[in-house]
Parts: sequence; C-alpha cells; structure tokens
Amino acid sequence: MSALDQLRLIKNLNDPKLRTIAGYEEGGGYRALRKALTEMQPEQVLAELENSGLRGRGGAGFSMGKKASFLPKGAMDKYLCCNADESEPGTFKDRLLMQKNPHLLIEGIAIAAVAAGANRAFIYIRGEYELQAGILEAAVREAYERGYLGRGILDSDHDVELVVHRGAGAYICGEETALLDSLEGKRGNPRLKPPFPANQGLYQGPTLINNVETLCNVPSIIEHGAEWFKSVGTEKSSGTKLVSVSGNVRRPGNYEIPLGMRAGDIVYGLAGGPPEGRSVKCWFPGGSSAPVLLEEDLDLDYDFETMAEAGSMLGSGAIIVVDDSQEIVGLALRLAEFYRHESCGKCTPCREGTNWTVKMLERIDNGEATPADLDTMADVQTNIMGNCLCVLGDSMAMPIGSMIEKFRHEFERHIEEKRLEHGGLPLAAHGGRADVAVGSPAA
Amino acid sequence: MTPELPRGWDRSTEDQADPAVIPDTAEIEVPDELRAEIEEYMSRYPDHRSASIPALHAAQRVHGWCSPLAIRQVAAVMRVTPAYLSSVASFYDQLNEDPVGRNKVYVCTSVACHLVKAKAVFEAIAAAGHDLEDTEIREFECLGACDMAPMASVNGRYIGPLDAGDAPEIVAAIREGRTPLPGRGLEDEDYRLPWGGRA
Repeated sequence: MSALDQLRLIKNLNDPKLRTIAGYEEGGGYRALRKALTEMQPEQVLAELENSGLRGRGGAGFSMGKKASFLPKGAMDKYLCCNADESEPGTFKDRLLMQKNPHLLIEGIAIAAVAAGANRAFIYIRGEYELQAGILEAAVREAYERGYLGRGILDSDHDVELVVHRGAGAYICGEETALLDSLEGKRGNPRLKPPFPANQGLYQGPTLINNVETLCNVPSIIEHGAEWFKSVGTEKSSGTKLVSVSGNVRRPGNYEIPLGMRAGDIVYGLAGGPPEGRSVKCWFPGGSSAPVLLEEDLDLDYDFETMAEAGSMLGSGAIIVVDDSQEIVGLALRLAEFYRHESCGKCTPCREGTNWTVKMLERIDNGEATPADLDTMADVQTNIMGNCLCVLGDSMAMPIGSMIEKFRHEFERHIEEKRLEHGGLPLAAHGGRADVAVGSPAA
Repeated sequence: MTPELPRGWDRSTEDQADPAVIPDTAEIEVPDELRAEIEEYMSRYPDHRSASIPALHAAQRVHGWCSPLAIRQVAAVMRVTPAYLSSVASFYDQLNEDPVGRNKVYVCTSVACHLVKAKAVFEAIAAAGHDLEDTEIREFECLGACDMAPMASVNGRYIGPLDAGDAPEIVAAIREGRTPLPGRGLEDEDYRLPWGGRA
C-alpha cells in the first residue's frame, strides 16, 4: 500500500534479489556511485545533495548537503559515521532498509564519503539488531570484493574503508557525539558542542554523521538529480519519508509517503486508524520525544515545518498513535521511566529531572499527589530544557510537558481518584487548597 | 521497572589495594580463539580502544558474562586497564558484569509496546520461565520493532506479536534448545504481520 505513484526508497524492497550484490547491480545498483566517481567532481556531488533539499531523516532535519560541506577540505583523515542506532521509541524504518536493501545503504555511504572526502566510514548499528548487522557485514564483504569499497574504489583515487560497528544497548548512543564516544570504545556520554563533529569528531578528526535513511536517499539523488528528488514533497521538506506507524492502529508498519501528506491520511488511510470503536486520543508525530498532538491535529500536513509550527516535531518520522482506552498518566510514567533508564547521568538536570519526574508520577498512582504537583512537574520539565549537553532530557521534558498541558484535567481527575482510593480526603475538604490536601495516610 | 541500586554499592571492596594494572598476556591465559577475535577487532580501527565493545561481546560469549576473568583477559589483549573495560561494560544494557544467564530474553515494554499491553506478556514469560536455568528474562527498552508489538527478542531473534498465551511455548523452546515460535520471527521466510503486511 502506498501514497505515491511510485515508491522510491522501498521500491522492490521484498525482491529477494536485493540480498546479493549481483541482484542489486542488476537493478541498477552502484550506477550512482560510478557516476559520482567518473562523471562528477566531489563539489558537484555536494552541490547536488544540497540542491535536493534532502534533510536529515534521523530527527534533527538538518540539510544533509550543507552538513557534508562543513567538513574541511584537503587531504587528511576524515570520517563518515552512519547512525544506525535507531533507538527512538516507535522508530523501525532503518531496520527495514538495512535488512532488505543493505547495498543501497553501502552505496549511499560510499557516495557521501567521496563527496565529503572521508576515507574511513563506520556504520554504528545498535547491538539489538543482530540480524541486520549480520546482513550488513556480509554485504560489506561483497562490496569490498567488487571494488566498491577499499583502496582506490572503482579505480579512482578515493579510498573508502567501511566497518560495521555493533553497539551494546544504549539509547543515548543515537545522539551523535555519544555515538562518537561509544565508537571510540568509551561509555556513550555526549560531548559539549561546539566543536561540532564536522570539525572535531571521531578520533578528533572531521566527521560527517548521517542517519541510515538519509544516506539511502543519496544514490537516487545522484542518479536522477536534485530536481527529480524535489518533484515530491514540499518546498522545504523535499522528497519522500519513511514513516513508522505503531501503537493503537490496525495496520502498524513502515510506509513511504511524500512529505506534506495529510497526517490523518497516514494514520487512517494507510495505517487503518485505531481499532473498532476507538478514537485517537493523541499521537506522537516523531517518536516518543515529540510533544503529543491531538486528533484535530491529524488535519495538518506531515512535514518538518508544519509539525514544528504545531509545537511538535517530525523527528525520526515515527508516528505512535494512542487511542482513547489509554490512561495518560500511565503513558507519561512509562515514558519518564524510559528516559530515566537511558539518561547517561552526565548532566544534573537530565539525571535528576528524569528521576524526579518518575517519582512524582508514581506519587499520583500512590494517592499521594495533589494538583499542585502538576505545576512542580511542569516546572521540572522547563528546567531541563536547554540545560544539558544533549537533548535526552529535553526528549522527556517535551512530551511530558505537552501531556500535562493538554491533558491537565485527566491528570487532576486521576490524582483525585487515586487519593480517594488510598483513603485520602477529597480536595474540597481542604477548601480546595492543594497545598494542604495531602490526604493519604502514607503522606 | 523498579529503581535499582548502583551495582556493587553493598559489596565490600579492597579500598586499600592499588588499582589493577594492565594484566600481561604472559601472566594470564587467554583462549587462542578469543585472543584472535579481539585482535582482529583491534585491527579494524585507527585506535585499538574502539574494539572494546566488540571485544567484551566476544568475551561474554565465551564466559557467559563479563566476569572479572573475562575482563582481565580482554584487558590483557587490548592493553587497557580492567577498570576501563568495567566502565564500558557497566554502561551498556547488553553487557553484564553479573552472571545473569546466557540465554537472553528481552521483552520490549517501551511506549509502542506498552500501548498494546506488553507488560502482561513480560509478566507471563517471567512467570513461566522463573525456573529456567542460565536465562536472563528482562524488560527492555524499545527494540525497534513496534510493527510487531508486543514483541520480544530471544537470543537476538525478534518474535511477535505476542500475547500472554505464547509464554509457555517460548519458555519450553528455550528449555529444550529449540527455536521459539517458528514462522513468527522477523527473519523467517515470508514473515507477515497479522494484518497481512510485511515487516
């Protein structure tokens, strides 16, 4: 099922031929790499990528061509890291691409490496993706044998060494500087920026870091041109996007859509909407780190700008749908627990903020909370935002903050119900004063 | 997930002893195959320390966990201190400094799975498998297979969607060394989601 006349990224994806390099070549594979090496200069490749308007598909949405052009010129060790850590809850698109079409990614990496002048490339793949890592390793070996990787690829003077590096289970390693530390063999702690990786990244050298899906878009841009790429999507969000739809929908899965498609057509049209008799309570437009939107927001166009204007973000393109049978407090708690577990602990606002948010949400379930706790909790979220080295803390603060704002009544009702359940007095018995209404025997 | 105390906080340590130095390969026996594997990893990177995660993974496969001996063996081959490797092993969820079991059952209970009642699946598997030997059954954060939700990873093989009724079969398969739920794994030929889609 598709929303496009012609699929681009996941065209023929289930063709078993794509599993071998011969099959991939038969379908036109590695033609773009050959073109980039024989018919174009690296600057032209960079210009083509920049003109295409391709924006990072991992979450930040920064122009891929521009980022690649930030790397210093000249002969030196430069690195390209493919971020295949895909750990944002709700996201499973890179898994599909790597499993079904590994050579597309390798070709994209080779072209991007040539364009940016990088001679060493790494795929940092999360440790849980054992199947996909094995497939990639086999594909990399094939690409070396055929001369698409290694020294002097395709008889040019470009060297591209590619290593598949497996992680070991840490959400934070999807953050680009934590990924670099992890790849250097350390704990995955984020670094202070600047310096940005383009100047000082892996092994202190200039480093380009791109998401799997971003790099998978590169070969077709080089083959068909920037104009072709831009013929789909909106002015500022060009091309197609893989969206991972999950949660309370009838047809969860990956769908390739033109950016700018109406969100409701994705959730209802493609993914079948919530189960029989249920309605959409809220949805995360871009992974669990995105502030939640409501059912009426399904009328919005699904692209980078519109999602940002609506106070959320397109992020990794993971749409998680929450139906009206779900309790918002339980969902908030599950989210906060995730970020508490995954916080690396380096920055205090994130380490403590995630911990205290969990504790405050648990207080609600224990009947110990008052509506005043909601203000404290919202305040904690505000104090995390922008005060850490990386955005992991913000990634909790944004959705939790949006839930408190949009579902405050439900939080208040939940607080009241739980307090009564645990033998506390109703808020009215305290003259409506939240500060003295801690009625639980435990308090 | 209940809050866990930092590992080792309640164990006595030799606080008077000097920190462990880099063990020498002449003093410590390292299985030949493990040593060759670690050295192969080291050769892949400009800085050999990049091999720490793959090397610890390899040692964990040999020893079942990142035991003090496993860490010392890796340290000797990689020429780094055991403390450095311990700092790495303690950071990552898939590396264990405790003997939790060779079989790994990770049940995803993250947001998307939570919405389709993953907790009940986890509890059923944990209850059915409480007496399984050499097996770690734990909740895991998003495994990147929300289309298969609720799902689990059994020794790296993704299976789903699951319900609590699948627990006995999964546990029996692990006990007997079989592949659990054949046909319902992501890598299985022609695997399909319940609605007919392909993952």
